[in-house]
Amino acid sequence: MKKKLKAYKIKANGLHFKELNNLIKKAVNDGHNSLNIVGVIGQRYIGTGLNKKIKINIKGTAGADLGAFMDGPNIVLKGNAQDAVGNTMNSGSITVHGSASDVCGIAARSGRIFIKGNVGYRAGIHMKEYQDFKPTLIIGGEAYDFLGEYMAGGILAVLNLNSKEQYLPSTYIGTGMHGGVIYIRGNVHQSQLGQEVSSLKLDSKDEELLYPRLKEFANTFKLDFDKIIKERFIKLLPLSHRPYGRLYAY
Amino acid sequence: MKTYIPHKFEVNINDKCIKCLVCVKQCSFSALSFDEDDATIYPDNNKCVACHRCTTLCPTKSINIVKNPIVYHPNEYWKANVIEDIYKQAETGGILLSGTGNDKDYPVYFDRILLDASQVTNPSIDPLREPMELRTYLGKKSDRLQFKENKKSTTTIKTKSEPQVKLETPIMFAAMSLGAISYNAHQALARTAEEHGTLYNTGEGGLHKSLYKYGKNTIVQVASGRYGVHHEYLNAGSVVEIKIGQGAKPGIGGHLPGEKINAEISQTRMIPEGTDALSPAPHHDIYSIEDLAQLVYAIKEATFYKKLVSVKIAAVHNVAAIASGIARAGADIVTIDGFRGGTGAAPTVIRDNVGIPIEMAIAAVDDRLRKESIRNNVSLVASGGIRNSVDVVKAIALGADAVYIGTSALISIGCTMCQKCYTGKCAWGIATTNPQLAKRLNPEIAYKRLSNLLRAWSLEIKEILGAMGLNAIESLKSNRLRLRGVGLSAEELKILGIKQAGG
Repeated sequence: MKKKLKAYKIKANGLHFKELNNLIKKAVNDGHNSLNIVGVIGQRYIGTGLNKKIKINIKGTAGADLGAFMDGPNIVLKGNAQDAVGNTMNSGSITVHGSASDVCGIAARSGRIFIKGNVGYRAGIHMKEYQDFKPTLIIGGEAYDFLGEYMAGGILAVLNLNSKEQYLPSTYIGTGMHGGVIYIRGNVHQSQLGQEVSSLKLDSKDEELLYPRLKEFANTFKLDFDKIIKERFIKLLPLSHRPYGRLYAY
Repeated sequence: MKTYIPHKFEVNINDKCIKCLVCVKQCSFSALSFDEDDATIYPDNNKCVACHRCTTLCPTKSINIVKNPIVYHPNEYWKANVIEDIYKQAETGGILLSGTGNDKDYPVYFDRILLDASQVTNPSIDPLREPMELRTYLGKKSDRLQFKENKKSTTTIKTKSEPQVKLETPIMFAAMSLGAISYNAHQALARTAEEHGTLYNTGEGGLHKSLYKYGKNTIVQVASGRYGVHHEYLNAGSVVEIKIGQGAKPGIGGHLPGEKINAEISQTRMIPEGTDALSPAPHHDIYSIEDLAQLVYAIKEATFYKKLVSVKIAAVHNVAAIASGIARAGADIVTIDGFRGGTGAAPTVIRDNVGIPIEMAIAAVDDRLRKESIRNNVSLVASGGIRNSVDVVKAIALGADAVYIGTSALISIGCTMCQKCYTGKCAWGIATTNPQLAKRLNPEIAYKRLSNLLRAWSLEIKEILGAMGLNAIESLKSNRLRLRGVGLSAEELKILGIKQAGG
């Protein structure tokens, strides 16, 4: 049996993001397909622009643009992340065992992002889909205002697992949304929604789409799947794929 | 609803017409029809946009398009276009759209600036016999150079240069997306850029697979919609341009309507066919200079610090301060697009009323960056309404490193400035994704015409440089002593940083 390659360890303490990312890129170039990065203290761009199917385990607090423009890597972060997790990512996965800040999943085209805790403003903004590309963003906790703004595709779910409130704290949900679907565990008031979306009940097709992803989410964070789906979900769909089609005088 | 808007043009067909029906077939606006009963071609003047496709292709030159001589009661305030805009909005309830750049009667500073020439004391140079260099380099220039003495009494430069992009002529093609213009137009721009050692710009529409081979001569754009942006795309060109704004519509995003998203466009933008491509007004990860720096370095990380990053903004009131921020955010190139900059579609009120002239913007930005001693940290690219080689020379003398041309390039391949780009009906096959129309633009001919244009302008720039006694375009950069103003106020001269003619 081939001996399993040991994960390559990188200590991030005290390194500038450029130094840290150079070490990461060098390790990837040298053929390491599993990296353990420890002591991360806010360095940006970890995994940014990498296009190999490698595994990156991170301990600490990741800076902005974790996995931006990436195409392939699987990132697991034991800690919190800053802004723009998975910015414009093309494929791969990002798992955050903590919370993430604003514009999480911005313009992601595919891959999956799991956030165990909460996210800030504008999560899932302008996520897209195309042919077989379909991004998934699942947030275990709460999401703040402008959730799924301008969303053009993909699946966004907010589970609100850690709050006693049934309603999410966010407003302007789905403003400008024109594709994809948002699932929310619990409920939202009509006044919390952007004018381009409507709130609907789930049907069997939604369960086909959502449940396998939720199962994976539950397994990842060792949560009870049955307990998650016991609570009711709503889904938000765009009223039109062309919300701004009648703006102009031709 | 019956329209109150009178027709703008009249199509007159004289008796030299041989009824070949070329005009009827070529009119993509359906302004001409053939009545078989009386074997006559009838124009529908309401539909004519004066694109001149018919007059150009008519074999007997029997078609003439004239302005409709209709007059309203004379009024210097409520002019015809004001009245007709109100009619149009009363009939549609929509935002007025325009194609191409601002066409209003604002001062053209290029036309009030005159060039110097050498006489006696500093001889002029004959570019036909003597070397004349139009080559320039985009990218950060080092603050100082360090040298190393070698053993064999040779010297090498120790300072490591930041990446540079070489331009053989200081004229690049401005961002025009595949979708805004046709594939044939894109291909012609790419080929011409390669032949002339310069760059073309993909705009925000992704990059067609077949055009990756022109990578060295390509600027790939990342705009707020992030359409078609992925690892391979970012690394495909020599420069990655972050589009913040556009001269024709500062502060405004873009809506490519679903009708234009056909299979080809869907592939490069990576969105489903028939959906609107919405580019939001701001980038939602950029709310400050610090956020911009974050994206600049995200792109640098994703391109392994091998590509230049340009940040394109519209020329607006505080352009100098913004440009300084961009330089400090780590960009290699600041691109400023003036208020005459072109567009495929912009709200008319924005196009005609927002922004400032590019001449002022270049001078203000160049001044500011010099005063802050950071001019060498960025290259400055000017765009927006560059009409000829002399505009190029004036832009460079005011402080630009190079220019972009968009509208001029499209005119060279057939555009007649009919301003209907947003309809997708371009009769010349340029601003359309309709395959029947797009195939009218022969890529071979388009390439030759573009190539001729660059050749002609480059020759003229050499002539002008020679007359000024300069032998390199880099000696002209920000050389405002060689410019003089006519008919400008003291304040205008001050901002442009030039002297009054005679002084």
